[in-house]
Amino acid sequence: MSAVASEVKNRQLPYVAAITEGLREVLKEQPDAFVAGEDVAQAGGVYGSFRGLLEEFGPERIYDTPISEKGIVGLAVGSAAAGLRPVIDIMFMDFIGECMDEIANQMAKMRFMFGGSATLPITVLTMAGAGANLAAQHSQSLEAWLAHLPGLKVVMPATPYDAKGLIISASRDNNPVFVILNKMSLGMMGDVPEGAYTVPIGKANIVRTGKNYTIVTLGRMLGEALKAAKTLSEIGIDAEVIDARSVQPFDTDTVVASVKKTHRAMIVHEAVRFGGFGAEIAAQIQEIAFDYLDAPVARVGAPFSPVPFSPALEKVYVPDAARIVATARAQLGL
Amino acid sequence: MAKQPTNKVLLDIHRRMVRIRHFEEQAGKLMEDGKIPGALHLYVGQEAVASGVMVHLSDQDQITSTHRGHGHLIAKGGEFDRMFAELYGRATGYCKGKGGSMHICNMELGMLGANGIVGAGPPIAMGAAFANRYRKNKQVAVAFFGDGASNEGSFHEAANMAALYKLPAVFVCENNGYGEYTAQVNHQAVVDVADRAAGYGMPGVIVDGMDAIAVYEAAGDAIARARKGQGPTLLECKTYRFYDHVGVRGMGLTYRTDEEVQRWMKRDPIKLFEKHLADLKVLSKKQAEAVHAEVLADVKAGVAFAEQSPLPDVSTLLDDVYSVAS
Repeated sequence: MSAVASEVKNRQLPYVAAITEGLREVLKEQPDAFVAGEDVAQAGGVYGSFRGLLEEFGPERIYDTPISEKGIVGLAVGSAAAGLRPVIDIMFMDFIGECMDEIANQMAKMRFMFGGSATLPITVLTMAGAGANLAAQHSQSLEAWLAHLPGLKVVMPATPYDAKGLIISASRDNNPVFVILNKMSLGMMGDVPEGAYTVPIGKANIVRTGKNYTIVTLGRMLGEALKAAKTLSEIGIDAEVIDARSVQPFDTDTVVASVKKTHRAMIVHEAVRFGGFGAEIAAQIQEIAFDYLDAPVARVGAPFSPVPFSPALEKVYVPDAARIVATARAQLGL
Repeated sequence: MAKQPTNKVLLDIHRRMVRIRHFEEQAGKLMEDGKIPGALHLYVGQEAVASGVMVHLSDQDQITSTHRGHGHLIAKGGEFDRMFAELYGRATGYCKGKGGSMHICNMELGMLGANGIVGAGPPIAMGAAFANRYRKNKQVAVAFFGDGASNEGSFHEAANMAALYKLPAVFVCENNGYGEYTAQVNHQAVVDVADRAAGYGMPGVIVDGMDAIAVYEAAGDAIARARKGQGPTLLECKTYRFYDHVGVRGMGLTYRTDEEVQRWMKRDPIKLFEKHLADLKVLSKKQAEAVHAEVLADVKAGVAFAEQSPLPDVSTLLDDVYSVAS
């Protein structure tokens, strides 16, 4: 391999730049795609993930919107029904409460209610995640709200590679796809190839193979689980770490195949544990692989409270590697 | 400045109105008889609005509708057979029996659906108008909604964005005096919904929604303005529904007086229009009767088609939750 090729292959980008690159590929390959959201044009997004798009693609493709989430989602639904491929941004995931009718009753259901005569190729970007001291209304992970709605697809890229690839996949999909990004991952470096590539929606990624324990993660918790796996390996637990990548559709097959091999499982997500998506995964595992389980399926998630502001409280609120290790020890009696 | 309707247009509007009336009367009967499941919100009394607006639109222009949506689809060109089939929950319906009255649509006619959520239409119409502008195709999108919906935040966000982006949209408020079972005086402090247009930097126009010609002229201006790239208009049509919010009972209701209903029924938009057409010698009484007879025959055929149509196969339940085409 030449030095140049190897350099390209190993090109590293932060998560935030991978988002921008994904959007650039989408705008280049799809003339019917446009980007609209609060502060995405002139300001380049609150986190800079839209930076340069206005300059490159112009005001006919990149739109600042009023602070009007119902309007933004309505814009996407109506323009998609009329044949465009909108990419919209809901700045913080917490704001989906402002437009839940447009999401749940219009975007998710229109195709079905209309007997398949409507097609809504919509990409919705939104920023989740706690840890930035932004308190209860700018920190939530609400993927379970969306995964519960037939008609939506929901992905949660954990790495720069997946962020770019899943944005491109979302935009090529003929369904509404939510791409839930994580604000604490924005500076995370990772390999990101140049040009367009896709990451399949609905396919989990076995990031670490292991023999006797399965950890399924959503979004940013992948990194914490990989750290935890290292610690666990010192006490004889060889964890297989699976990044779900997509919660709707969810790749049950990959998870169940792993559990059949390892016989023990844990699910880790940042969202509140009670009623979180982990409950669905745990239920699926026990329904399909009950006889293979040597221990109850463990779940790690946030406590049943809003996200606290004070760094002292938030630190204990957000799940991390230490909690994963402690939960595994308790689960297995080690 | 308003464009006068030609005789051909007058007859077209008349036929659309009569089609709505007889479809709705029959649908109401079928609901009462238990043949149509679920709830129907009938458009009887408001026919001049849908007809006077829709006669300006092509199949490529889009509309969004409301829970009271049959009239909008009929005026946009909806066929009785597939409409009745949808109300019956049959596989041959416009939505294959998946939507029913409250979600009836026809994408090919640019009818982006009736809607069970009050106020849901305006943001969607605004989005369709955005697509038209994006494609520079001179099409317009029209949102129909009621006085009740004008209190929903979704209307205000859509109106603001449509005006901000100067989109080819028209917001047609069918003010029938009631948000479901609550009189306008009890649900908003304004008398004229059109006043709200000023808050968004768009013209607000008020017309008599029982007068098809007045609706035609005002809608023509608003639609022409939108097509020319001059932005949206809020057109308020003062109208009345002869029946209850749901179903076919018109009189003896707790929330409105029979006197009020009778007063409005004296201004039945079809009777008013037929008198006007007779005065103009555009349509004689006999010719009008012939139109009614033709439409009634269509209604009969539509019902027969629905009743002979198969129910959806249970294997289709999970179809169309997602698009599987890549």
